[in-house]
Amino acid sequence: MANFFSDNKDLQFHLQHPMMRKIVELKERGFAEKDLYDHAPQNFEDAMDSYRRVLEIAGEVCGDVIAPNAEGVDHEGPRVVDDHVEYASGTVRNLKAIVDAGLSGLTLPRKYDGLNFPLVCFVMANEMVARADAGFENIWGLQDCAETLNEFASEEIKQKFLPWVSAGATCAMDLTEPDAGSDLGAVMLKATWSEERQTWLLNGVKRFITNGDGEVSLVLARTEEGTTDARGLSMLVYDKRDGGVKVRRIENKLGIKGSPTCELVFTNAPAQLVGDRKMGLIKYVMSLMNAARLGIGAQSVGLCEAAYREALKYAQEREQFGKPIVRFAAISEMLTNMKAKLEGARALLYETTRFVEIYKQYTHISHERSLEGEERQEMKFYNRLADGFTPLVKLFSSEYANQLAYDAIQIHGGSGFMKDYPCERLYRDARIMNIYEGTSQLQVVAAINAVTKGTFMEQIGRYAAADYCAEMQPVVERLKALTAQFAEMVERVETVDKQTSGFKDLHARRLVETAGHIIITYLLARQAGECADYGRSARVFCNLAEGKIAEAYAGVMHSEAADVALYRVEAAE
Amino acid sequence: MKNAKIVVLAKQVPDTRNVGKDAMTPEGTVNRAALPAIFNPEDLNALEMALSLKDRIEGATVHVLTMGPLRAADIIRDAMFRGADGGYLLSGREFAGSDTLATSYALSCALRKIGPDIIVAGRQAIDGDTAQVGPQVAEKLGLPQVTYAERIVEIKEASLVIKRRLEHGTEVVECPVPAVVTVNASAEACRPRNAKRVMAFKCAMAKSEIAAAPESEAALRAASKPALQIVEWAAADVDPDPQQLGLTGSPTKVKKIENVVFQAKEAKRLTASDCDIKELMVELIASHTLG
Repeated sequence: MANFFSDNKDLQFHLQHPMMRKIVELKERGFAEKDLYDHAPQNFEDAMDSYRRVLEIAGEVCGDVIAPNAEGVDHEGPRVVDDHVEYASGTVRNLKAIVDAGLSGLTLPRKYDGLNFPLVCFVMANEMVARADAGFENIWGLQDCAETLNEFASEEIKQKFLPWVSAGATCAMDLTEPDAGSDLGAVMLKATWSEERQTWLLNGVKRFITNGDGEVSLVLARTEEGTTDARGLSMLVYDKRDGGVKVRRIENKLGIKGSPTCELVFTNAPAQLVGDRKMGLIKYVMSLMNAARLGIGAQSVGLCEAAYREALKYAQEREQFGKPIVRFAAISEMLTNMKAKLEGARALLYETTRFVEIYKQYTHISHERSLEGEERQEMKFYNRLADGFTPLVKLFSSEYANQLAYDAIQIHGGSGFMKDYPCERLYRDARIMNIYEGTSQLQVVAAINAVTKGTFMEQIGRYAAADYCAEMQPVVERLKALTAQFAEMVERVETVDKQTSGFKDLHARRLVETAGHIIITYLLARQAGECADYGRSARVFCNLAEGKIAEAYAGVMHSEAADVALYRVEAAE
Repeated sequence: MKNAKIVVLAKQVPDTRNVGKDAMTPEGTVNRAALPAIFNPEDLNALEMALSLKDRIEGATVHVLTMGPLRAADIIRDAMFRGADGGYLLSGREFAGSDTLATSYALSCALRKIGPDIIVAGRQAIDGDTAQVGPQVAEKLGLPQVTYAERIVEIKEASLVIKRRLEHGTEVVECPVPAVVTVNASAEACRPRNAKRVMAFKCAMAKSEIAAAPESEAALRAASKPALQIVEWAAADVDPDPQQLGLTGSPTKVKKIENVVFQAKEAKRLTASDCDIKELMVELIASHTLG
């Protein structure tokens, strides 16, 4: 009898954010559907009450069904039977519980049988599912693919696929190929138009496809014969019932073993074009990818939560030298830092989600009517923040997931190295999080523009201008000093980079992380004003940030142009 | 079978599974304030069996019948969130103090009025642990009963084939309907509450609940939609013999309640040797545990 929502005050706190009022108004278009559907909210309070109730259901399914199944699923894993995936038995039970609870199509419009919930709620459910079983989160979280269809596909495609997703059909996004991983512009899977069958036909191979045998697949394919780059790629949607795709094998992985990672062979598989030709990678995958990165952010925070709880529980139960090990300073400090990182990552996750949400809602509204000048401004404003914050949250939370999983095992000592405790699974599951949907190194590439174009600095300025409680004044003072150092670092990197190209690339991660450390500390300090409990994490995180920024500052300010060559490894002939 | 009318007998009980120090009053009665009120666990198994029957029988409906104070409407709402079509709340001062006999009498009066084809109940409640109410209801209504049911094996035109879980094995029986089925904890766990149903039925209310705060948004909504109204019956609504209700109708008298506290501080380990077994026998006879 566990409930991953009711037992998590931090999660509940983020649902109460003042910006929710604006988000709900936008999402519900002024509650236009209140008389059309018996499950549509009448007003803001009614909507919030429904969100809480449904998140409690999600929390219960996570605590009572998915989490208890996690170990068995990890052990059993999926199999290939007759060219298709057969899930582990626990995964089948998880999916049934999810469908019974109606937790599919969470964010989709009601006319496609969705719940029309804000992204914030989806991210929360996502986080809880990941805390229960990170591998299963992939299967459940991929319902987010439907949002890409909702945004870009024709009404006919939406009518066909979206209610199916709301009823529990699982999704996949088929992007990667053997020679096209981080560099998706090199995708070769061919889509050719068949006059005879009046459909596109897909031929080729995809690799590393999460839930590759899902019912609905978004496929990145080359529609323009003779092209070799991103401009020849389009997005298509494939319906598993049509046949034509075989699962050649499932990868044997280090972690997230319940999530089938498939190699797929397409042989004249029929598919429908989503949106415009040639916009596949340039527009649609970028949108899909941003949503997926936020998803991995949620997955990582969920794993942080699981790791912290496992570590705390063990430290309180395990006795050595006549007392629980939590009472040793070395263990206490680890746990305190873990909690600060967990709450910090979560603060960044929901701040980012709110930015993405408002920008996305304005985008949807702009398809229904033209936006007012002020609305257009706001959309641009939040779009810019979302673009900067999304890679930041992916970077920080996935690295923290790994750090917390590592620390959780450390606190368990020798027992943690054994298969007897969940922390070893968490450690294995976490390892993919800073790799897939873009490695940490690529998140830095995606976020560096927000450093050099001033997005982060402007937002830090807005945080600095806000009011903080008296207890947080010392933290805010320290943050101002750190921000001054950040400005110095940016200036030095840009100056040297003008003379020696490559200098910015060399220091990009230090700059992005410095911005992130300052932003997270501000967010926690702001939360401390509303709930005193966060004061501790804010102070602890500020200490962490100061240490990290001191290191980054030294790394940048003592660095010379010659370092570009010093750190270069030549490619073999 | 078609259009079967299914009624689930359910009870709201104090959660006795995770009892803390303050679970009992010094007088030895249950401290209801310290224990959360929950849907009796085996009644949830019964609800799942009823809902799975509804899934398989065209036109079937599932309603919950519960007797209790007004707050017992919570479990009717909960059942609606999980798939029940509605519920009946039997509530009133006349029912207070009922033992199993008076309870089954009151329920049977209500059931006569409802006229169900299939009655499903949990085997027993975790507060009283008697397992008497289901069978007594069957007796009072003159219906066949299948106890310890675990799974509906087959649904025939006018009967159900049911697998029973017994102490030393299982048994498959066929029973004509109308019938009473009591369900074991080993049966399928109840499906979760459904998101859309929660949003659609969260304002479902009994008439006394509406009357308690008639101007509230939820009450106005419930009052305007018949689907959101939980049927509430007082004693007079089910034509009972007043002598058989509540305390008057309850022959069970509690003579004394003893608070059993385990005194032994340490465990004793015995081997399977004759010597140890003999020693244990002597000890048990001396303490009047045996003999």
